[in-house]
Formats: sequence, C-alpha cells, structure tokens
Amino acid sequence: MAEIKITDQVDITDVVCPLTFVKVKVAIEELEVGEILSIRLNEGEPVQNIPRSLKEEGHKVLKLIDNEDGTYNLLVKKAED
Amino acid sequence: MEIDYGSLKRGGFMRQKQKGLFSLRLQVVGGTLTAENLRKIQEVADRFGQGHVHLTSRQGLEIPYIKFEDIEEVKTELAKGNCKLGVCGPRVRTVTACQGNVVCPSGNIDAYKIALELDQRYYAKELPHKFKFGVTGCQNNCLKAEENDLGIKGATAVHWLKEDCIFCGVCEKACLTGAIKIAEDQITLDPEKCNHCGRCEKSCPTAAWQGESAYILSFGGLFGNTINQGEAFLPLVKTEEQLYRITDAAIAFFAAHGKAGERFKFAIDRAGADSFKKAMEEAYHG
Repeated sequence: MAEIKITDQVDITDVVCPLTFVKVKVAIEELEVGEILSIRLNEGEPVQNIPRSLKEEGHKVLKLIDNEDGTYNLLVKKAED
Repeated sequence: MEIDYGSLKRGGFMRQKQKGLFSLRLQVVGGTLTAENLRKIQEVADRFGQGHVHLTSRQGLEIPYIKFEDIEEVKTELAKGNCKLGVCGPRVRTVTACQGNVVCPSGNIDAYKIALELDQRYYAKELPHKFKFGVTGCQNNCLKAEENDLGIKGATAVHWLKEDCIFCGVCEKACLTGAIKIAEDQITLDPEKCNHCGRCEKSCPTAAWQGESAYILSFGGLFGNTINQGEAFLPLVKTEEQLYRITDAAIAFFAAHGKAGERFKFAIDRAGADSFKKAMEEAYHG
C-alpha cells in the first residue's frame, strides 16, 4: 500500500463512550475533505465500534494499526459533508 | 347487571383490585403508537381514568381506573383515535419489536415490519395458553427474543470478497466472537464461532464483507413463574416466506398438542422435543 500521509491526530484513549465519538467528530471537523486523521483508541468497545460509526458518517477508514500495547491507531480519510 | 369477565378480558379490560374498575389494555404492535393514538389516549385517560397510563413490561399500554359503566363509551371514543383494544387470556399477545434496521444502525432486519405481519396473522388467536412473539433486530437483543414463546432475532449471513478487501484490520476487531482471522492476504471466518451479528459487514469500509438479512428463531421461552431460555436449533432462516411457514407450524403444533393452561415450552416437553424439532425442520425445508 502507498504511504498514507497523516494530517492530524487525536487520542481518545482518555475518554469513554459516547465521548469517544464526540472527540473524533470534533477532530475530523477541523480537517479538509480528503485529509487523514489518525485516531488512537483503546481495545474493546472503541476499536469495535468507532470504525463503523465513522463509516456511517460517510468517512473512509483506511487502516487499523495494532500498537500492541492495548491501543490501536485508526487512519480515516475525511469525506464531504 | 351481571359482569361477564371472560368477554371483558378478551376485549382488553383487566379487572382491577378495586371493585368495578378496569385497567384498559390497548393493542400495540412493536411498541409503536401514532400521535393520533396518543391524543385520544390522553383524552380518555383524563376523562374516564385518573389522568395517567401504565406502560407494560411488553410494550403495551393500559389506561387504569376505567369504570364498568363507561366501557362502551370508552370503546367508542378510542375507536375515533384508531386505538384498538388489547387482549388477555389464552391467546396470542402483544407482538413486541425493536426499531430494527429502519432506524437503528445495529439492526439486521426490519423488526417492525415483521411484528406487523405477525400481529396480522396471529394477534388474539386462541391457543391453549398465552403465546408471546418478540422480534429483535440483532444480537444486542434489546427485545429479549429468547424470553418469548417464539422469538425472532435479526441476523446477517456474511461472505467475504477478497478483491474488494484492503486488509485494514477493522473486521477482525469488530467481531465480538473472534470468528474472523486475518492472515497475510487471506481472511477466514470460523462458522462455528460466527453468531451472524453482521458487525463485520457493517464496519467494513470497502464493502468487502457482503451480507444478507436472515432470522434466528427461538422456541419455548418463558420469563414468569418459570424462567426458560427459548431454544434456537434451526439453521438461519433466509426468507420471510420460510419464516412464516415456521411460525405457522409452531402455532399449529401448540394448538394440536398443548393442553389448556399449558405454556408452549411445557407442551413441547410433553409432546417430545424431538417430534417438535422434526415438525419445525419440516417447515424450515418446506
């Protein structure tokens, strides 16, 4: 896969549902269409649910990277409104 | 005047502890009432009851403190708001449902549509004992499928399309049962572990997981004096036609084998679980 250029990042490992997705939404609002956000999230519910919520909002999930410390980095490309 | 409690009960008037007063049960399907229904219910509760309603444990609605002498007028008034009377006794009861895939992101089936069809087919049908249908859209099981005599749970039958997969890794984590394993350039689904929740299909960013709606049926659930988890022994039910063929057969089995006052679960046990399963499998295959 070609190198993915990350525009911004957000760490949501310090919050729980539903604030996890709120924090993601705020971060993604700051981006331009086509830019890529890296989201650091916890295993369990965040990694199970956040990718699907982003898809439902129309954004494009590119990659889920296992940091092997109980957290993941999810790369997502911002879609048009 | 002699009060015929039997016919009153069929019509949804539940005798209260207080003499001459009834709690009026309405027919509700899948927990849905219209604003028109609610306006009329509000009016009736104010005029004929004590200004409140009771929400039952199975998505029903009752207006308590209705006087016996007002019953006919109350019926007439409710009909003007398109409210129908509920039932009690040995019949098919309120069909419960969640909001299903029309509203809920987790839903695998249109639970309300299924509930409407079940209601049309069976509501108030006389049987050896009460009979409860419940429809829930997914494995989250908000509507507690297995506590019903016949429970229906929405499922998704999935398959993977390698050519559309970007191997992002999301599905392996979205899967709650550990059924999905990602290797270098291959994804495997363990059919023993998959519970057909559809989370892989819903979370996949490239639609590499495809799925079709399906139904998981459970039989013989109880959640009253006796608690029993309804048993799901059939494979996934793939079409509505097949679904109603099985519900028809289950109702027919209960009507044929149940004794008066005996719940479905006990009728199945007495008639023999094997013969019941055989009857359901025959209906499944058509």
